[in-house]
Order: sequence, then structure tokens, then C-alpha cells
Amino acid sequence: MSQVRLLVGTRKGAFVLTADGARKDWSVAGPHFPGWEIYHLKGSPADANRIYASQTSGWFGQVIQRSDDGGLTWNAVSNNFQYDGVPGTHQWYDGTPHPWEFKRVWHIEPSLTCPDTLYVGVEDAALFQSRDGGQNWQELSGLRNHGTGPRWQPGAGGMCLHSVILDPTNPDRIFIAISAAGAFRTDDGGRSWKPINRGLHSLYIPDPTAEVGHCVHHIAMHPSRPGTLFMQKHWDVMRSDDAGDTWHEVSGNLPSDFGFVIDVHAHEPETLYVVPIKSDSEHFPIDGQLRVYRSRSGGNDWEPLTNGLPQRDCYVNVLRDAMAVDSLDACGVYFGTTGGQVYASADSGDTWRPIVRDLPAVLSVEVQTLP
Amino acid sequence: MTSMILVELPASLRLLAGIRHEVRVSVDGAVTQRAVLDALETSYPVLQGTIRDRRSKLRRPFIRFFACQQDLSHMPPDDLLPEAIGMGREAFLVVGAIAGG
Repeated sequence: MSQVRLLVGTRKGAFVLTADGARKDWSVAGPHFPGWEIYHLKGSPADANRIYASQTSGWFGQVIQRSDDGGLTWNAVSNNFQYDGVPGTHQWYDGTPHPWEFKRVWHIEPSLTCPDTLYVGVEDAALFQSRDGGQNWQELSGLRNHGTGPRWQPGAGGMCLHSVILDPTNPDRIFIAISAAGAFRTDDGGRSWKPINRGLHSLYIPDPTAEVGHCVHHIAMHPSRPGTLFMQKHWDVMRSDDAGDTWHEVSGNLPSDFGFVIDVHAHEPETLYVVPIKSDSEHFPIDGQLRVYRSRSGGNDWEPLTNGLPQRDCYVNVLRDAMAVDSLDACGVYFGTTGGQVYASADSGDTWRPIVRDLPAVLSVEVQTLP
Repeated sequence: MTSMILVELPASLRLLAGIRHEVRVSVDGAVTQRAVLDALETSYPVLQGTIRDRRSKLRRPFIRFFACQQDLSHMPPDDLLPEAIGMGREAFLVVGAIAGG
């Protein structure tokens, strides 16, 4: 029988949650790396036993952990992230030039085909690659150096490269997103990059339609339609059908188009999920009601999913990497909150139940669907 | 001359390095902050980058070095540490600075 394994990163350690295909009874293992912030964990699509984790601390810096047995045991690999050449400056919060400084790894994206190859998005924004399972890291510096880098500026959470999407049909095409610079694409394996932000409209920057400067919170893609991208921006839910060349808004009837997560159903490429958050100054659900919104039409028409979710006095947030879908026939949807709950739906979002209620604040949720 | 230096690490770094209690590292020649940390990182490579920057070798901002009731954090890294450390009578403490409430 199939099994699902949730990889949950929190402010104080990592947790591995497992269940069989019914997804009713869950085992909770952890905390791994207790006391450390675990920004993200992700398993290799090419080898489910290979999992990478970003372990970080304001005191002790960055560590990358690797498991070769499905998260039972871990070994630290290299934390030697050196920007290529003299990294130069980006904009600081006050608009002045500020030197690029490595702070942490926000997102790990293992190769779709090779367990030893992976990409990581870091703060201050850059993309690194390892081809030897994390023993050595090289920056794909064509991104940082393509020309707009000096104009990038940090969002409130730092200048982080938080989203990395690999095109399953084209190994040379990668999409990434940075807060607060925007989305970017390479079509030559990372050597050259271009901003893909046309159609975004951001009232919090001097030129709302600028080439860069947009605070993209997350992007998502269905693997069967690699030319279609969905974006949760600081405000606005957006869609592109030309690989990011142009975007249009699909916020439609959402009660708020501010939020962090966005994801796509495993088997229905036009079914999307977001969690509306009240505003950029009030990072919690509207009226204390935690609601996932689902669109079955690729955006614009959204329905609230509330069954099993708290509908009063709920003031948690759902951070950008804290939603995932499994690939079982009845698609499972999962998300974690800053209140330490991890919610699961085994029926595409119709009903929800908490797997755990009292973890540290959840930073990220990934899922592996195992045979 | 070889000195055996007693080093105490904060709990998070002991956990990372798989160390239960304090450790002893061997330092050849002058017992300086740099020599002690070089020896520590040689014995426990996983600690590289966690106490001082990998490239600049500067102490990370929220790390402190204490010994003999003194804060040695701002000592030049090549200055001699107190003799009691070199003699193994006092531990060289690597401390996570108090930050937050």
C-alpha cells in the first residue's frame, strides 16, 4: 500500500510525519536538529530515501544535512557557500547600496533525475548548485550578474531566493523567484537569466510595472503544463501561460489576494490552492477564520474550504513553502501554520484534519508519495 | 610544544558535532584563539562556518569567547590566550551570546 511522508521544517527542528495511503493515522518522528531553524527539507524525486535539509541559526550560521535512509539518520554536508567573484551590492531597505552577504538557505530543489544534483536558493539572493550530493557548491552567478541585481532589495523577511521550479520537459529551463526582486527564468541551464515580471503591478514600488522590484511570495507549476505558472504575490494572485513572459491577475473573488502559499492539484492542472491572509500588516486569516481557497478553473473563481479548519479565533499565518500536495489518486493537500499545526486533506481539500497541533512554528511542508 | 586545550561548546554545536561534553584539542606552538579554533575545526569539520566565517575567519556576530572570567571575544586572534588555558586548567568557552528576551 502506498505511503506518504511529510517533511516539516519548523523554527525549532524538523519533523517527519508518515501515514499509509488512507492518511488517517500518522506517526510523528522528531525533532531532528532540535533548537535549530529548519527552513526547508525536500526529498529527491529520483531517490525517495535521499532527503536534504536546510538547518540554520542566527548564532551558528548555515548547515546542510543529508539523509540517505528516508530521514532516519542524517549527516552534515558542506556549508561552504561562496558567491562567485566579488559579489557587489544590492539595494538596502533605505535605498543605499549594500554588499551581498550570505545568510541562509531558504529553499532546496533536488534534481528531477539525479539524487546527487540539487539547487538551493539563498539569502542574500542567489542560486547555488551541487552535483555531488552537497559536498561542494557552485553559484550559478549568471542570475545575480545578469544586470538588475544592484536594484534588488530585501523584503521584510530578507532578500531571499525562495522558489525554484525545474521544468520537467526541458532540463535547461529553471524558474526562480526572489523577495523583493521578482521572478526570473533561464533557458540555458543557469548561465543566463531574464526577469519575467511583465504584467505584475505592485503599488508599493515607485514604478508599479517595473522590470524588477516585485515582492513575489511563491510560484507554482503543474508538471504536465510547464508553460503555465501561478504566483502568489505580496498582493495579487497571478497566472502566466507563456512561461512567465506575461502575467495576468486571477485573484477573482478571493476575500483577500494577499498571502504566501500557492499550489496546484496533483492531477488537475487547473485546480489551485491559496490561503488568503488579511493584509501585509496583519499576517493572519480574515475574521479569525482559517480558510483554504480552491479554484477549479485556473483562478478567478474561488471557493472557501472550511470543513475541519478553525472558523473562529484563529490568527496564524501560513508561510510560503508550507503547503504541498501528494500524488495519490485522491490528491492529498497539506499545510502548516505558524501556530504549529499541520493540516491534511485526503480529498483534494474538501475536508481537513490536523495531524499535529503543537509543533513549533512551521516554516515549510513537503510531501513524498512512496510506493 | 604541544598543548591539550579544553574547549566547551554551546549545546547546539555539541549536538551538531556529536559531542557529549567538553572536548580536548591538541595545539602545537602558541596557544592563540586562531590556533585553538583551527584545531577544533580540524577535529570536527562540521563546525566550520558555525563559530567564525569560513573565508574571513572572523568570529560570527553572536558568538563569544570566555575564559578565566574574562571576555576574550575581542582579542586579536593571534594574541596569546591566558596561560591557564594552555596548561589545560581552564576551559576555552565558546558561547552563544544572549540575544532576545
